[in-house]
Amino acid sequence: MIAILDYGSGNIRSAQRAFEKTKHQVIVTSDYQEAVNADGLVVPGVGAFGSCMKALLKIDGDKIIRERQQEKKKTLGICVGMQILFQTSDELLNGESIKGLGIFPGRVVRLEAPVIPHMGFNEVKVDETSKLFKGIEKERFYFVHSYAAKDPVAGANSYCDYGGGFLAAIESQTVSAVQFHPEKSGAAGLALIENWVSGL
Amino acid sequence: MSLATRIIPCLDVKDGRVVKGINFLNLVDAGDPVEMAQIYNNEGADEITFLDITASSQGRSTTLEVVRRSADQLFIPLTVGGGISSTDDVNQLLKAGADKVSINTATLKRPELITEISESFGSQVLVISIDAKRSRSGSGFEVTTHGGSISTGIDALDWIKEAIERGVGEILLNSMDTDGTRAGYDLELIRLVRAISPVPIIASGGAGDISDFAEALESGADALLAASVFHFGIYSISDIKRDLDRKGFTVRQGNQIGQN
Repeated sequence: MIAILDYGSGNIRSAQRAFEKTKHQVIVTSDYQEAVNADGLVVPGVGAFGSCMKALLKIDGDKIIRERQQEKKKTLGICVGMQILFQTSDELLNGESIKGLGIFPGRVVRLEAPVIPHMGFNEVKVDETSKLFKGIEKERFYFVHSYAAKDPVAGANSYCDYGGGFLAAIESQTVSAVQFHPEKSGAAGLALIENWVSGL
Repeated sequence: MSLATRIIPCLDVKDGRVVKGINFLNLVDAGDPVEMAQIYNNEGADEITFLDITASSQGRSTTLEVVRRSADQLFIPLTVGGGISSTDDVNQLLKAGADKVSINTATLKRPELITEISESFGSQVLVISIDAKRSRSGSGFEVTTHGGSISTGIDALDWIKEAIERGVGEILLNSMDTDGTRAGYDLELIRLVRAISPVPIIASGGAGDISDFAEALESGADALLAASVFHFGIYSISDIKRDLDRKGFTVRQGNQIGQN
């Protein structure tokens, strides 16, 4: 069973439908035990880093993700759901810097390009050891963000370039994450979701 | 490695059906929005936009149902516009499966709405839609409402600057002089807005000839929205992408990988 962590507003329905395409049972939940027990947990995220973190803490999302990590259960962060896995972000909330989960070291920084947000389909330079991108190495994925992490983490690091390189996807044994939206990346995105689900 | 230009078919929806006509008058029925969206998705559309042209007065629940049905089948970004006037409206649409909302009149009446939406959901969900029309004052373009029929007296560039400051994710720049005419995008308007906008610009209104799309990009647009040329089969999305590719623009090729 796959659980999609429901901890705020935004379009979770698309993620739900995209993961249902894998023929697995998908639940949308904010329940601690359900989220911990699921075979795979998807952590979506929209909006600002700080408000996302605050909403996540309200449902003990930090503890859920850590407990799953200890139990070697797989978690996939999407978009801001990836960013909050890092230590901190340059994106302030009412002038205040908010701490991330710190599962990966480093900070999330603002993209440096003439047009921000980075919005649309872009290419990814896929890490040779990547499992997520197997068979879809040359495809484009849909990005919409103004901030991203840049420093490599332990595991597979796949990069995108928009006013400089940044991490498009990271894969460790338990926690993986993508800066783009696989649920909005057409057939290529659905294939990536299938790849993640097949590794559960 | 570079970002692909987004080609965005726009479906004008009335009472749950797709319509599009010259300058919003003489509407012609052209099908079921969800079916149309799916066809466009298969043809390689990079996003889909629904503009609910009756939403201001009626059909809110019909729209939500269309959005829900689309989100069940469509795995590319969906923007919905028309009649949105509160953060509550935005929340309902996002929950139904929209990724972004496009707002015009309501933000003109109450600019604070931009700030409220941006703070509640993030600026990336908010597309500010500008119906610009040529005028003799200010920058030469003013903001209109109701399909260009009502002048607001607000200078288009001043309004765009304010909207950006308040936190919009994108600008949907619709020329009311060229909309529905298929005479080409208003390139001067695009150039003027590009000069002041650090957020993405979606050019809209007037696409007719295949060369119009490349011209809009050369003038500074980041994405291209069109309705009539697609609905009436004048060009397919892949025709346009082929032309852009030939001219050196980056486009995403079809959407066939792993399809079932």
